[in-house]
Amino acid sequence: MNIATEALSVVVERELPYPPEKIWRALTQPHLVEEWLMKNDFKPVVDHRFNLRADWGAVDCRVLAVEPNKTLSYTWAAYGLESVVTWTLTQTRAGTHLRMEQSGFRPDQRQAYQGAQHGWPRFLAALEQVLVRLD
Amino acid sequence: MSDPHDSVFRALADPTRRALFERLCREGERTVGALTVRSGVSQPAVSKHLGVLKQAGLVRDRHQGRETHYSAQLGALAPLIDWTSQMATFWQSRFDRLEDLLKRMDQ
Repeated sequence: MNIATEALSVVVERELPYPPEKIWRALTQPHLVEEWLMKNDFKPVVDHRFNLRADWGAVDCRVLAVEPNKTLSYTWAAYGLESVVTWTLTQTRAGTHLRMEQSGFRPDQRQAYQGAQHGWPRFLAALEQVLVRLD
Repeated sequence: MSDPHDSVFRALADPTRRALFERLCREGERTVGALTVRSGVSQPAVSKHLGVLKQAGLVRDRHQGRETHYSAQLGALAPLIDWTSQMATFWQSRFDRLEDLLKRMDQ
């Protein structure tokens, strides 16, 4: 488990009573993506650059990984932060376990500095302190 | 003038700067010289990175004699927490819409 990933990350998971193939379509076909996420020019092709557009602005994205019915990953640049959104589909008896993780600092940036990892437990503790104070 | 959130994200997106900030969180107040050791970059580079962190409000400097001491400012991390909670709310609502769409879609 990489603690750094948790410092600035959002995870949303749901059990859905549909097969992965159906959910994959909703995650990758532009007209379907528009219905639940935003207007887009998405293509499930690695390195494809696309935008997600809403009334409040646009998100610049680039496809990082595509494994049909299993994994989809793209960068998500907005509000001065380039994050990575990763979708994971896992087939279950009742349908699919869908997981979305958005990480604020890109993995390659973490790996670029080996020493960084050691600092993260303390960094997390510091974040928790701030959270307590903000309550 | 740039958005203060932007400057915090930009400052921490750089791995060397993030490592410097983490060290200050971990070790408390340090001089530029002490931070240069084990940083893998030159002292002028460390000073430059500290300047960016300072502009973002992530570190504070204190001059004592010829030395400048730096310390981490944890309160400046608030934008990270804001970002995480805003995105969590955003994705929860999009998951709701996705579920709604799946109900309407053909197999």
